[in-house]
Amino acid sequence: MKAKEFALKLGLTEEEFDRIQNGLGREPNETELGMFSVMWSEHCSYKNTRKELRKFPTTGPAVLVKAGEENAGVVDAGDGLALAFKIESHNHPSAVEPFQGAATGVGGILRDIFTMGARPVAFMDSLRFGRPDAPGEAGKRTRSLIHGVVAGISHYGNCVGVPTVGGELVFDPAYEGNPLVNVFCLGTLRHDQIRRGAAKGVGNPVFYVGAKTGRDGLAGAAFASRDLTEESKADRPAVQVGDPFVGKLLFEACLELYARPDLVVGVQDMGAAGLTCSTCETASRGGSGIEIELRKVPQRETGMTPFETLLSESQERMLIIVRKGRERELKEIFARWGLDAAEIGTVTDTGRVVVMEGGKVVADLPARMLADDAPVYERAAMTPAKLAEKQKYDLGKILPAQPRVKEDLLKLARSPATGSRRWVWNQYDHMVGLRTVVRPGSDAAVLRVEKPGGGWVRVAMTLDGNGRWCAQDPREGSKALVAEACRNLACAGAVPLGLTDNLNYGNPHDPELFWQLREGVEGMAEACRAFDLPVTGGNVSLYNQSPSGPIHPTPVVGVVGKVDEGVKLAPAVFSTGGGEVVLLGTTASGGLGASLYLQEVHGVIAGKLAAVDLVSEKKLHAVTRMVLAQPGVRAVHDVGEGGILWALAEMTFGEGSAGGEFRVPCGKERPEEALFGEGAGRILVELDETSMPTVENLAKEGGVELTHLGRTGGKDLQVTVHGAEMIWPVAELRDGFEKSLPKALGP
Amino acid sequence: MKAVVTVTLKPSILDPQGEAVLHAVKGMGLQEVKSVRIGKHIELEIEGGDEKKLKAKLEEISRELLSNPVMENFHLDLRAGG
Amino acid sequence: MRFAVVQFPGSNCDQDCVHALRGLGQEARLVWHHETRLDPDEGVILPGGFSYGDYLRCGAIARFSPMMQSVKAAAERGQVVVGICNGFQILCEAGLLPGALTRNEGLHFRCEPSHLRVESPASRFTSGYGTGQMLRIPIAHGEGCYRAEPKVLEELEARQQILFRYCDAEGRVTAEANPNGSSHSIAGIRNQAGNVLGMMPHPERACEPEMGGLDGRGILLGAAGIGRSA
Repeated sequence: MKAKEFALKLGLTEEEFDRIQNGLGREPNETELGMFSVMWSEHCSYKNTRKELRKFPTTGPAVLVKAGEENAGVVDAGDGLALAFKIESHNHPSAVEPFQGAATGVGGILRDIFTMGARPVAFMDSLRFGRPDAPGEAGKRTRSLIHGVVAGISHYGNCVGVPTVGGELVFDPAYEGNPLVNVFCLGTLRHDQIRRGAAKGVGNPVFYVGAKTGRDGLAGAAFASRDLTEESKADRPAVQVGDPFVGKLLFEACLELYARPDLVVGVQDMGAAGLTCSTCETASRGGSGIEIELRKVPQRETGMTPFETLLSESQERMLIIVRKGRERELKEIFARWGLDAAEIGTVTDTGRVVVMEGGKVVADLPARMLADDAPVYERAAMTPAKLAEKQKYDLGKILPAQPRVKEDLLKLARSPATGSRRWVWNQYDHMVGLRTVVRPGSDAAVLRVEKPGGGWVRVAMTLDGNGRWCAQDPREGSKALVAEACRNLACAGAVPLGLTDNLNYGNPHDPELFWQLREGVEGMAEACRAFDLPVTGGNVSLYNQSPSGPIHPTPVVGVVGKVDEGVKLAPAVFSTGGGEVVLLGTTASGGLGASLYLQEVHGVIAGKLAAVDLVSEKKLHAVTRMVLAQPGVRAVHDVGEGGILWALAEMTFGEGSAGGEFRVPCGKERPEEALFGEGAGRILVELDETSMPTVENLAKEGGVELTHLGRTGGKDLQVTVHGAEMIWPVAELRDGFEKSLPKALGP
Repeated sequence: MKAVVTVTLKPSILDPQGEAVLHAVKGMGLQEVKSVRIGKHIELEIEGGDEKKLKAKLEEISRELLSNPVMENFHLDLRAGG
Repeated sequence: MRFAVVQFPGSNCDQDCVHALRGLGQEARLVWHHETRLDPDEGVILPGGFSYGDYLRCGAIARFSPMMQSVKAAAERGQVVVGICNGFQILCEAGLLPGALTRNEGLHFRCEPSHLRVESPASRFTSGYGTGQMLRIPIAHGEGCYRAEPKVLEELEARQQILFRYCDAEGRVTAEANPNGSSHSIAGIRNQAGNVLGMMPHPERACEPEMGGLDGRGILLGAAGIGRSA
């Protein structure tokens, strides 16, 4: 096959082929084309989105390792403690094989974190599927996906002994053909323990450690010199299998290795594009070159071609550059942990990645060209033609003439969209490690982490996304997301330190879809700047669509923060009665645009979010943190999807099922808007009567509105709006809440 | 009638279980063992029915339920008697 | 008292056990499964986790570790041995306790608080509690369903070797309160001699108020030979 023809088969464009040929000054061979096809893919190079990603704020006083520098970003948490964290997607593999797709997603993000020198201490996951209660085959398939993905995350996460402490599970028909599985990991380390993925020091040995290399991940890749027969198709697994046992051994062995002073020069995990990526990226970062011999690479299949070995995505493998003369120490540590450790090459000063097989050169490419010089494309963005129509919003046509709020809340309570996610987190060991202070089910997870000098610091984290908000208004929706994540952290008394993002969008070649991405990035960037929140890194997943169309534009953000010292953590539920409940923040409901209420109760997605007031939001968070340092605060919960009424209902689902009597502020709007509107900037607090004057004062001084809503007590939720009073027995709401998800999923 | 379905991993799929057991087998002194792959043995007891129709249905069940076609192969063996 | 916490490849709760024991004023050291030295006055902890990935059967491969030979000898000499979760599974595979732990009846992994009823006061491990006392201790397992032959179960009952049973919030031992289908709602047992304990719930996760409760302290202190917990 001619080189250009093969390049096109691999997914490179004609222009890219010419660029490669011109850059090399000769025709590239098939193996080399394979290496370019993966390094210059969107997944590895971000060629379609790099220009947009540059709009994120990435610097700040707390940033120790910036976005784009290494495998994961790192922020300073004070007292010599650093936090490494990142989110990544495994959407398409999870659609093919949900268990292994999700499991290997967890394995991959785990490696990104311990590659940085950090001990992984927590996972979170953001999952999106079609509706599990959809009729017929569609529902059946969705339920099977959900079971598989949760089991896969459980399998890998539990086995490696890292607790999964939070996340989200969202259902929307838009994801039916294309589920989203985004996994987040956080690790801790001392400032002086940060590891870089750079190859330095001419003559230093390059080691391959971990599992053997097979043909994993090559199913989609074109065949080079072999004919594509049914047999050869079968040789290439369509799914990568993760081995969490080896994953655990690998990270313990690496952490032990890192503890030896001056031993490790550089380390990189082998993720997408395995050997190719790890060699050229470390060489590029180090301003050096690497030479490797493929015969030394441990292989679990026979007859693998150089193309296959270099592109294989077998899991649980790392590339480690060690100081010359100390090879024995590495081998001893890995032998103790029962892992392969093979010296496969050396660091050179040529700036090139040279790959040999049996002493013969099979690829010879400049490292920087592979790792950094993928073309950067400017994609066309076009405001969707139907945008105005999509955002059209005539409540008169959607809502009934007479409000039926009583039934509406019950409907919402019985929907799997709002139900308790206990079914999910009970399958995750969320307690291993003795660090989990606030378990899943609250607004943010909180971990206690050992400080290098002794003592604990509390770290809060949350994962948030909202495809519906972003579908109706990608810019404002993204702003609202960042605001919500920071608000969740404020409910845990935490100051946000850094944000990682997973951008899940459709086909970037479709200008209307690319417009969604651009708007989303700009909205997020604006919100991040308002909160002084650096973006520390993340992931882009494009081409998310199925025959029924693209997914909602779905950026997912993971925000990590440090809990203020004096804060006493408060639960998100009422305990017993006798407390006063106030609303901190605006009384404006934000209207029903793009709300869960319209989607779940009336079956439509219409309108758009009200503009997010970032300045007021920031003040609200500051005041909330101060309030949490006061005595007498019993509960705190932010208002989000389902509006203030659903937030109040959720607060009654504590152990004691305590209800309350509340009056909800209502402007010149329908009661449904006041009760279910999803406007930002609102937090509910339950406190002792005696603490009220202090809290009122804090709000006043902080420039935040405070509205008295009522008192807790009794077994009913009683709400008055516009003079109309409604009562629900908490038991009835709670029954719906607890059963809706298990019911929709079956065993 | 008895149907015995043997489900095995496709040859190129990683078998983490097999790898761990191989390691343990070597630890017990048998260095000559070079690889271990683990599968499933499933027995179905059947009463009555037409053999030809049964075979077709059992193959469908083996493919759709008893094995994961993305990762596994199966072998169906129909035997008379119990 | 001094404790040796054994680390197998894949153990996850080893550091947690060390932390809990030291928090209770006991000495604790980690021992790698390849080592063989155990001091005659040391207690042994086999911690939770996924030794060898739980591959083949939980604990099936770990039982052949060199350290397990030493643990067996120590148990025979009357030294205290506590197997928690995966540790319990390893003790059963190694024959130091009867029966076996199988897949949870509901087939799902379950991580949640559990209620346990203390059955027999006559053991050192329960000496810190009253008979019938209810404890809140977390579970986190996918294979915690205890099974044994009917004759063995009869003997365990007759000899009061069952130390903890799953119960509900009111202390009633019922099928609904059983998280994994264990025969006789068994959550933890001792050997006949009384020096070996195996239990599926994690006492090390219930030794600090911040972690959700203190009910696990009595078990670890009991292992250390300290009767009433502080």
